[in-house]
Amino acid sequence: MPFKEKIARRAAKEISPWQIINLGIGIPTLIPNYLPPDKPVFIHSENGILGMGPRSSPGTEDRNLIDAGGNYVTIKKGASFFDSVVSFALVRGGRLDVAFLGALEVSAKGDLANWIIPGKFSPGIGGGMELAQKAKRVIVTTMHTDRKGKPKILEVCKLPLTAKGCVDTIVTELAVMDVRPEGLVLRELAKGVDVNEVVEKTEARLIVSNPHIPRF
Amino acid sequence: MIDKQTTIERAIEAIHDGDCIMLGGFGVPGTPFMLIDGLLKKGIRDLTLIKNEANEDGMGASKLIEAGRVRKLICSHLGLNATAIAMMNRGEIEVEFYPQGILAEKIRAGGAGLLGIITDIGIDTIIKEGKQCVEVNGERAIVEPALRANVALIHAAVADPFGNLIYEKSARNFNPIMATAADVVIAEVERIVEIGALNPDAIHTPGAFVDHIVLMREITSEYGILEHHAL
Repeated sequence: MPFKEKIARRAAKEISPWQIINLGIGIPTLIPNYLPPDKPVFIHSENGILGMGPRSSPGTEDRNLIDAGGNYVTIKKGASFFDSVVSFALVRGGRLDVAFLGALEVSAKGDLANWIIPGKFSPGIGGGMELAQKAKRVIVTTMHTDRKGKPKILEVCKLPLTAKGCVDTIVTELAVMDVRPEGLVLRELAKGVDVNEVVEKTEARLIVSNPHIPRF
Repeated sequence: MIDKQTTIERAIEAIHDGDCIMLGGFGVPGTPFMLIDGLLKKGIRDLTLIKNEANEDGMGASKLIEAGRVRKLICSHLGLNATAIAMMNRGEIEVEFYPQGILAEKIRAGGAGLLGIITDIGIDTIIKEGKQCVEVNGERAIVEPALRANVALIHAAVADPFGNLIYEKSARNFNPIMATAADVVIAEVERIVEIGALNPDAIHTPGAFVDHIVLMREITSEYGILEHHAL
């Protein structure tokens, strides 16, 4: 299984039935593929949809029904449409249970940087800051290291932040980690992965308190 | 009976060089492509645009930007428009980014006769730099001034001659908010029905906010399915 699919499959397990969730671009969009039928959720899309379904099959696209990334989507029973003010009232007002977001960098204290690399990448903010700062729970789904193999999980973020102290859980192809008051705690390891490899690829200090770490 | 229907040429008569223009839409749905083409044809320039994003390369708002008609763009992101990002990086257009829902609230405030909003979004980030900050109930917050425009161009599915509007599905987005926040509001609409034919409970924008209605003669290809976003 490709790493990104593996991350999405593990991240999907963090969801409880009937939660209101938002999926950022990239890996999070793969999560619905791994939600079992007995775990119904309401997917929120920033452009004004609650109750988004899978992408439209070829030939069934509706020109007025897209997700925030422009892809044609369907809706589920109980869905609703609303304007951009209501859409973000839902987010900032505390009605969004989980936001799954990608990351350029995450810190041990839960700081998230994912919107700008000054001078290189500056496509704007979109809904990211509000999702990161106000969702009840923020789960970062990311490859453990960047394309050059450098750690993305750092003691302190170097890039400009999206939001401070917002991340609750990090899911990578190697591990599941929680941001706790005592620091970054290793919760699960991927099958076949050695704990030392994870520690080595994590710049932040990783707390390994459980000698029998569960596998995913 | 009141009838706000007019032609595109007459509707945009009141738009001039240097104006600030709000454009509805989030991606293709809700973007007033026909009215944007009218602006292009009219040749006005030095515009400030307020829009969630700048559409994709070669479409809608991006046409105005690529033609050099836009001095400044106030938006939330340009993630799907490499041309606009390149022009921003070359200094050919000035771009102001806001968090998406904060952009919506700034416009809502403008439409509601408020001077601004107070928010903690971005309080620990670089977007706070240069902005007025205040403390509210012990919390640090940013003051974001309200946004209004000379003109708002919006797209709706159905109208009646008074200007009551109904939007469809994800084409609602910024349209009803912008419809409250400009001195002149022009709506392009896919269908016009008799006054009294719309269910008052179903109307999204009351006619009081709308100055001109322009009926679309056809749904051109720009409004259609973008193959690269289909499976």
